[in-house]
Amino acid sequence: MKFGVIVFPGSNCDQDVYHVISEVLGKPVDYLWHGDTEVSGYDCLVLPGGFSYGDYLRSGAIARFAPIMPAVIDFANSGGLVLGICNGFQILLEAGLLPGAMRRNDCLQFRCQYTNLRVENDETPFTNLFKKGQVISIPIAHGEGNYYADEDTLKELEANKQIVFRYCDPSGEVTKEANPNGSVGNIAGIINRQGNVLGMMPHPERCAEVILGGTAGRELFASIVEWWERRK
Amino acid sequence: MLLAKIYVTLKPGVLDPQGEAVGNGLKAMGYKDVTSVRVGKYLELQLDTDDKSYAEEKVDEMCRRLLANPVIEKYRYTLEEQR
Repeated sequence: MKFGVIVFPGSNCDQDVYHVISEVLGKPVDYLWHGDTEVSGYDCLVLPGGFSYGDYLRSGAIARFAPIMPAVIDFANSGGLVLGICNGFQILLEAGLLPGAMRRNDCLQFRCQYTNLRVENDETPFTNLFKKGQVISIPIAHGEGNYYADEDTLKELEANKQIVFRYCDPSGEVTKEANPNGSVGNIAGIINRQGNVLGMMPHPERCAEVILGGTAGRELFASIVEWWERRK
Repeated sequence: MLLAKIYVTLKPGVLDPQGEAVGNGLKAMGYKDVTSVRVGKYLELQLDTDDKSYAEEKVDEMCRRLLANPVIEKYRYTLEEQR
């Protein structure tokens, strides 16, 4: 199984993702430049965090039109696994691969902290090593993670189990106090209807080794490999 | 040459934390009449054409595709002749 990490000008978590895949999981991985137009030969694409194109206009708005994006959209539409983390999630929203939009955090602060997440769906290629209802701890680092979707879209997300992670307290209660950014329904991560494109604001690549203070992120990447192996 | 003046604003009902903070600032300064503030974006585009209907079509397309996010924002624009 081969991973591709897409590097936009202004990406800053690309090397961390690359490190987790190559060193922690021991899987083949390449960087893919935003100016490339091909993604063939890869089984999972990761859009990493950062500030692509300076996040000018809106987060992810310009990156969404990068030369590599038509190939990423084709890849996603034909069932390829795509993981968007933080800015990567914002790009997936702008590209229309996931529904909704990001607003500035309601607190107006850039929030950089560990958050508790409740796993809402453990049947995805990205979460199969977790258990539904499990509380995991993964750090966030963003100023615009205030997820928004209209009522109808939210209902649809609920009905199709597309909400994958919600911010919660340590006991797993989804409370207003546990919400770091004002996101509707405490949503921290969603998956598309087909179940192959995940977007999440928290950074699993930042907690994939004991020495970094947590390993929940390792389980997320390991889930992808597990899903791939089982599928064969 | 045409000049497009584009205003991108949040849709009504979409929370605007930035506008709220600005509004609270104004109130703290003593401007008690301010009941609501919404922050938006203003863009100017110079267009190398004199064809207004063509420009209108293109500006609208640019707004829909990039300049505004239709999920949370709306836009309006004017076109002016420029020498």
